[in-house]
Amino acid sequence: MADSKAKSGILLDIRNLRIEATVFPPGEAPKNIVLVHDVSLTLEKGKVLGLIGESGAGKSTIGLSSMGYGRGGVRITGGEVILNGRDILKGGKEGFRKLRGREVCYVAQSAAAAFNPAHRLMDQVVEATLLHGTATRAEAEKRAVALFKKLSLPNPETIGERFPHQVSGGQLQRVMTAMALCSEPDLIVFDEPTTALDVTTQIDVLAAIKDAIRDTHVAALYITHDLAVVAQVSDEIMVLRHGRLVEWGGTRQIIKEPRQEYTNALVSVHEIEHQEQKPGTTPFLSVKNVTAAYGRSHIKVLKNVSVDIYPGQTLAVVGESGSGKSTLARAITGLLPPEEGTVTFDGRPLANKLADRPKEDLRQLQMIYQMADVAMNPRQTVGTIIGRPLEFYFGIRGRERDRRVADLLDKIEMGKGFIDRYPAELSGGQKQRVCIARSLAAKPKLIICDEVTSALDPLVAHGILELLLELQKEESVAYLFITHDLATVKSIADSIAVMYRGEVVRYGAKSKVLTPPFDAYTDLLLSSVPEMEIGWLEKAIKGRRMASAGN
Amino acid sequence: MSSPIVKLVAQRVALGIVLLLAVSVLIFAGTQILPGDVAQAILGQSATPESLANLREQLGLNQPAYVRYFQWLGGVLTGDLGTAMSSGQDIATSIKGRLWNTLFLAFWAAIVAVPLAIILGLIAVRYRNGWVDKLISGLALASTSFPEFFIGYVLVYFFAVKWQIFPGISTVYDGMPFGERMQAIALPATALTLVVLAHMMRMTRAAILNVMQSAYVETAELKGLSAFNVIRKHAFPNAIAPIINVVMLNLAYLIVGVVVVEVIFVYPGMGQYLVDHVTKRDVPVVQAVGLIFAAVYISLNIIADIAAIIANPRLRHPK
Repeated sequence: MADSKAKSGILLDIRNLRIEATVFPPGEAPKNIVLVHDVSLTLEKGKVLGLIGESGAGKSTIGLSSMGYGRGGVRITGGEVILNGRDILKGGKEGFRKLRGREVCYVAQSAAAAFNPAHRLMDQVVEATLLHGTATRAEAEKRAVALFKKLSLPNPETIGERFPHQVSGGQLQRVMTAMALCSEPDLIVFDEPTTALDVTTQIDVLAAIKDAIRDTHVAALYITHDLAVVAQVSDEIMVLRHGRLVEWGGTRQIIKEPRQEYTNALVSVHEIEHQEQKPGTTPFLSVKNVTAAYGRSHIKVLKNVSVDIYPGQTLAVVGESGSGKSTLARAITGLLPPEEGTVTFDGRPLANKLADRPKEDLRQLQMIYQMADVAMNPRQTVGTIIGRPLEFYFGIRGRERDRRVADLLDKIEMGKGFIDRYPAELSGGQKQRVCIARSLAAKPKLIICDEVTSALDPLVAHGILELLLELQKEESVAYLFITHDLATVKSIADSIAVMYRGEVVRYGAKSKVLTPPFDAYTDLLLSSVPEMEIGWLEKAIKGRRMASAGN
Repeated sequence: MSSPIVKLVAQRVALGIVLLLAVSVLIFAGTQILPGDVAQAILGQSATPESLANLREQLGLNQPAYVRYFQWLGGVLTGDLGTAMSSGQDIATSIKGRLWNTLFLAFWAAIVAVPLAIILGLIAVRYRNGWVDKLISGLALASTSFPEFFIGYVLVYFFAVKWQIFPGISTVYDGMPFGERMQAIALPATALTLVVLAHMMRMTRAAILNVMQSAYVETAELKGLSAFNVIRKHAFPNAIAPIINVVMLNLAYLIVGVVVVEVIFVYPGMGQYLVDHVTKRDVPVVQAVGLIFAAVYISLNIIADIAAIIANPRLRHPK
């Protein structure tokens, strides 16, 4: 029977997969939780199946089960994983080692972390091939160079001599794809291969991966939380939630005619209709000709940047990583004193250095960060975290403080019950809400939001954006909203500054900035945002005017 | 291309030299603060004020301390460590043989201890939290926790007294055949190995375990490498810097800290030489030995620093 399966073209057949892990919740006895409930899937040779879902959906866990691998204490406790006609779960450790890197290869989310910093790229690329003895070193290296060419890496002949730190993130991701392809596997597991990249780089990597899959006829499990991305590369899509199958179908069916409500929620566009406010007459905060650099470096991270922020409005700062967005926030808050230029607040210049600013100035500018969980003291309760600015800036203590904290919790749509909870007991979205409440507690005029929704699942991020807009109406607080995500910008901004390599290349009201004619960089940025449209990728690549800097 | 490395290495070496000078000042000052001076020590009970003054004049002790310091330093730099008061012998000549003996013992102890510690560390990581790991860690910790004189005497009791395999007194002399010499140092070398083993083993284990969390270790596992090869090829090269550091610290200990072991086995090395002359209050010898120990300690630490710099591919191959 196994033989007939293999002949019929089915490469991977996962049946009733059940995966469990032991968790150690604080203050409780260790307990078993089920991560994947009874999931079955089949994948034909040369086809691409997209696994999508939010974090905790079990996508990566299912993907890795095809290699018999469980991260941390994760165990496969039930079902069968039939690869090339045999149940690999019966093969034991030795069996897993033989198939890993030969029949199934893996491409990780962050190639920068997944390459060993101590070895040259070529040694790592050919390692699995040599280990499994499928080619001699010379053959494997020849194959690798051919793959580097196919993935349009620069200097394909010599890039293998480099060390991982000498190559950019987008290039590393492609080298990792070459590494997976080098041992000519039957299946590659792509685990969010473009998530850590800038949009402008993502599009190139995505195109390279797609071409490589097509030309080598390898089958793939493509794991991502981004439906628009997966729609470009996969033949079929499987939607997962909380470790259970939600819907499985052809790509066109899933994105055009979803049958399940949850799929529909994922597919529908989450743009918030946000009416742009006309800028007032006088900005309360002006950044004028600011130039800044880290240390005594000659490389200026900010070059002559000027922007204005109006009361109760949102200025969105967009750009790819390294464009100086966060540095601008650091210059405004005084964490990085500018070398030249000034920041004026309410008509008077702010002290350059944080240490020289009076408490009142500190109160007026608050920050919310990308990583909510590291922005909070894990040993303080939510009540202490939110109450701290009340004590520090206003000297409010005791019952009055508790009342205010309860009010703030109410504002962020979390109940009083959370006062005594610790950050570890909250979900990602709840943590970010607590951070928002903490910044609001200071009653600031401006909150700087640094990629606050980037680490969140789309539906959760949507909720946070709505909350921020709601709060802006109630408290008339202004936002400086730093993001690389243009959909977010459209939802929240009144004016936009596009940054590229430390300079503001386009700046003005939202409608003006997002209306053609565009400058080359804004055009690249806008055209690189994946759209949930089959064939978008090819169209976008064709229509580009400039290459992305990340290459 | 290697310019950042050259710069960093030059910085470390320069710092080491400055540090060594500072230590020489401290050693000199320390011996000056001690009550009494060389003249008093030489004359002892028979000292009269006149004879003391004469001897001080003769030895140049009347000159201000900084002048004497520079004279001493100048001597040291030209290889002249002065004369031992107790024996009247040239210190440099008598130290040379002693230093050679100490280095010989340290070398063989290190040859055994360093690879053994690293291999045991690798094995402990491979079977982490299992009984092999616990056994290795337990034995290594036990051997370190026993004072070295205890280990020394236990070794003497079994190997020298009961079974008579190795000599209990490690006498060596010039022109001794290599085989006999090795037999003589077998017990002190074993004692030293047992003392330094655990520290290096535990550090190797901890440094590698730290690296085992990395994504690239997962990558290696997903290529199908065996557990031991993952550790050897992918974890160990990235854990090398902290391991080198602790190895160098222990090498320094093997040279500088052997005093007790040398005394137990009556081994004619630096440590015994130092102890002998401390009891005789022979200040020039104590100064010379102190300075040599400091130099050894500082240079080994510089070597550790430089090795850690070179082990870092980011510094070795800049963008």
